[in-house]
Amino acid sequence: MTQKAEKIEFGVFADWIFDGASVLDLGCGDGELLSFLIREKRVRAQGIEMNEKAILNCVAGGLSVFQQDIDTGLSEYTDGSFDYVILNQTLQQVKKPDPALREALRVGKKTIVGIPNFAHYKARVSIFFRGRVPVTASLPYQWYDTPNLHFLSLNDFRDYCKNKDIQIERSFFKSFNRQVHLLPNIFAEYGFFLLSKKR
Amino acid sequence: MEEQDFTNVKETENTQPQTYTFAQHPAELILESGEKFGPITLAYETFGQLNKEKSNAILILHALSGDSHVAGPGGWWENFVGPGKGIDTDKYFVICSNVLGGCRGSTGPSSINPKTSKPYGIDFPIITIGDMVNAQRRLIDYLGIEKLLSVVGGSMGGMQVLQWMVACPDCICSAIPIATTMKHTPQQIAFNEVGRQAVMADSNWRNGDYYGHCIPAKGLAIARMIGHITYMSDASMAEKFGRKIKAERATSKFAAEFEVEGYLRYRGDNFVKRFDANSYLYITKAIDYFNILNGNSLSDIFHGLRAKVLVIAFKSDWLYPAYQSLEIAKACKLAGMDASYCEVNSNYGHDAFLLEIEQEAHLISNFLKSLNGNSKEPGKD
Repeated sequence: MTQKAEKIEFGVFADWIFDGASVLDLGCGDGELLSFLIREKRVRAQGIEMNEKAILNCVAGGLSVFQQDIDTGLSEYTDGSFDYVILNQTLQQVKKPDPALREALRVGKKTIVGIPNFAHYKARVSIFFRGRVPVTASLPYQWYDTPNLHFLSLNDFRDYCKNKDIQIERSFFKSFNRQVHLLPNIFAEYGFFLLSKKR
Repeated sequence: MEEQDFTNVKETENTQPQTYTFAQHPAELILESGEKFGPITLAYETFGQLNKEKSNAILILHALSGDSHVAGPGGWWENFVGPGKGIDTDKYFVICSNVLGGCRGSTGPSSINPKTSKPYGIDFPIITIGDMVNAQRRLIDYLGIEKLLSVVGGSMGGMQVLQWMVACPDCICSAIPIATTMKHTPQQIAFNEVGRQAVMADSNWRNGDYYGHCIPAKGLAIARMIGHITYMSDASMAEKFGRKIKAERATSKFAAEFEVEGYLRYRGDNFVKRFDANSYLYITKAIDYFNILNGNSLSDIFHGLRAKVLVIAFKSDWLYPAYQSLEIAKACKLAGMDASYCEVNSNYGHDAFLLEIEQEAHLISNFLKSLNGNSKEPGKD
């Protein structure tokens, strides 16, 4: 029962995920999303996280969590061993996004990816008119202390999926915790995608 | 079997461990070697109160040189186990027993062999971690506890935790193996072997028959010194000792000059006052034999186990490196269990499991709290 408003995408994920599914959250942080999904969808949850403080919070919340580096792979998990693998705000922070996403798609029957949109209009304005790398609500870090290693737009991600034969089954875009319908590559701060491998 | 009622026992400061003796002739304990052995006495201490449902019992398992005195003044985990501490004895009923083969009140090679009225010495049978756990199971039965809320231990204590998971999956709700391994590796065996050789090379060892004579103090002290090197890390030694020279002037060319030398000598000399050399041989051997996989695959070993598991490792521990703990956590995952794995950032090396009290307390107290919901779930047994 947290006081703070749930992030809008949590509800969207809950719609995408079936009841009682097994879920692996890569970069689960404090376990906020997993706790939400356990509560709303009775999922069997597993998290992977690097940060020790975050791990402590997960354990305190009764979550199952492994302190592990996603970049070293998920070799212990067999193909399709989870119904869903989630990479929410994680993909842009791993060293090698392509192998990480391929591993997620291998281990999960479906994969959910959430990324910040580097081509959001505010970011464009910052670069075009101010000549500065954007520091915005969705990209709040200075260049020298950002955890984000990769900068991509929603269209970049769509192109990537197309090239790699990854099917985007569903997508959702938001700004200021509200859904964005119009021109998401310009007006959305974040994009969320439900992915599966093309047969 | 006789049973004691511990639910109404007022908490007393147990200075002397209690004892429980079983496996009397002809019902001796059958050891993993096939040998029958008895009678067996286990020295144990309890802390806190067992609740009416008998659902708050936690068994703590000690490492190589530990004993039943886990909590209270001078307890080997006294900062971690006690009222209001990481394992809160206001909430939980804590049991800790000295292992079979030990020398702190439980039957071991220094105990009197009833057949000869003399200490066993090396007539004591070879024992394993499995035998230690089988003996503990008898004690838990005797205490009237059907299901332990948790089994917790580091190093050799962690091996016993893993053994409990495999040997008696229905007797535990959860397990917390700390800084341990599923099987002893060649490097780990090697250090133990050097320790044993040091003991046996001491002319006072007399093939284990030294009781009533001079003890092999030098050999055992050297074994302990080696042990202590493996318990620390490069960084923790640099921080603790640096290249500092002891204050007093050296009396001979090879007197202890550096602080680290003095420390190791002090540790070694102190150890021989409280530990039996033969117990050292037997227990290190039991550790070396330990291989919970025993031919099984990682994915089969915990099959059917439904306990919730928290695996803890320490980054600078090179004696039981973190990857060995991660392996345990992976095996739990492969068995479909609820498992968490935490690699605590610490400089203390293997000793961290006794020293990183704050992190452990945070992790373990919250983990135990999160069990309350789960432990009441209807069982499938």
